[in-house]
Amino acid sequence: MYAVRLWSVRHARGLNAFYRRFENALATLHPLFKRMGYERLERPVAAVEHTIKGFLFDCRMCGQCVLSSTGMSCPMNCPKQLRNGPCGGVRDNGHCEVRPEMKCVWHQAVTGSARIDGGREALSQVQPAVDRRLQGRSSWLRVTRERAGESA
Amino acid sequence: MIFEDEPVPGYPLPILPGHTSPGRLERILRAGQFAVTAELAPPDSADPDEVFQRAKIFDGYVDAINATDGSGANCHMSSVAVCALLTRLGYALVMQISCRDKNRIAIQGDILGAAAMGVCNILCLTGDGVQAGDHPQALPVFDLDCMSLLTTARTLRDEHRFLSGRKLTYSPRVFLGAASNPFGKPLEWRADRLAKKVAAGAQFVQTQYCYDVPLLKTFMQRVEDLGLLGKVFILVGVGPLRSAKTAEWMRAHVPGLHIPDAIVKRLAGAQDQAREGRNLCVELIQQIHEVKGVAGVHLMAYRQEESVPDIIDRSGVLQGRIPWYPGRDPQRSPQRVAAS
Repeated sequence: MYAVRLWSVRHARGLNAFYRRFENALATLHPLFKRMGYERLERPVAAVEHTIKGFLFDCRMCGQCVLSSTGMSCPMNCPKQLRNGPCGGVRDNGHCEVRPEMKCVWHQAVTGSARIDGGREALSQVQPAVDRRLQGRSSWLRVTRERAGESA
Repeated sequence: MIFEDEPVPGYPLPILPGHTSPGRLERILRAGQFAVTAELAPPDSADPDEVFQRAKIFDGYVDAINATDGSGANCHMSSVAVCALLTRLGYALVMQISCRDKNRIAIQGDILGAAAMGVCNILCLTGDGVQAGDHPQALPVFDLDCMSLLTTARTLRDEHRFLSGRKLTYSPRVFLGAASNPFGKPLEWRADRLAKKVAAGAQFVQTQYCYDVPLLKTFMQRVEDLGLLGKVFILVGVGPLRSAKTAEWMRAHVPGLHIPDAIVKRLAGAQDQAREGRNLCVELIQQIHEVKGVAGVHLMAYRQEESVPDIIDRSGVLQGRIPWYPGRDPQRSPQRVAAS
């Protein structure tokens, strides 16, 4: 939801801190996830992830979440799906070139990152091209697996 | 400036030490000369002569010609085709690639093909949204963004492989460029974004139209503070405004374009507005030339291309230098260059 999405950017600091703890908690569950089978967990976890992140960020389930690097503003809501924005077309009022009624996702990302420690550095990282195969898959499970040293 | 080994169509120049391309634009910039590039509007036509005529206008005035790729999301002859036609004559091209219409498979193929034809400069763009053009019902692709496009081109060139990892037998020797809008919101992030593009592989940038030199100076100061001046050549975008009405229209319709009110007023108060627009462009080029760190200008004289030679002439930025064009040096024979 658009209003909630803007709220999330305003609370980027708290949300990021919460996510850090959440990710650590997930990492400890790796042995359990492994026993249950990551593939079996994929659908239910992805569904939960979609519901929560969909509500908070209008998440598009790209499967390779970068919210922590973008001030909690989901880049997949950019009509050009820029992962390294903002483009040169941002309007004077900070709104989107393509959808004038919407605030620029990347303008928001710059604002949000300023609220996170190290946010500006994270925003300066060049993000690689999106792997379209991960569309619809759980980012949480992928991160958990990667942190345990397994390729997802 | 005449290089010892000026090109004859069909013969590639050698790559100088420290250069990544055999192109003249990279040579001019690295030699510390003030470079001039211009945008060629590709025709809505299948007639090659229209392309040749449009390029000829710039003969002797520009170091490279930009072939736009569906700019403004409008359909025209493709940038690949314009490059194919013009490289045959030896012109130096900047091939623009937009992420709007092609995925990574098509784009990588185009980069290889372009380099094979003799394109030495590639400008990596995200591209305007489809809603801006004449086919708003089209599918916007945006598989890559300008940043991942830059890294893709760099991977092809420096790592001699496709993104997939598959090896190339010969990598594209290209000079990589990107766009920059020093005047777009959020202003404070614009130089940082340029830094990101440089990190992704940009060696030169061509900016959005500049009608506000003080704002450009602020941007350039930040660019210098970030330590980018020695790492990227900045060519500032300029173009003549036809009238105050055009300026108003562009301000309202061209995304990210910034024209101060004073400029519009000045045009509105002139007897001959088109002429005043050209005078203004000459003055802007002269002022931009003085800004520290600026390596050249990029002329975008949409539908006023014929005014480009006069504007560059009057600005004096070439300082008597005559950029190469087909037929500039008739005494040079192909044999001599081929043998060297």
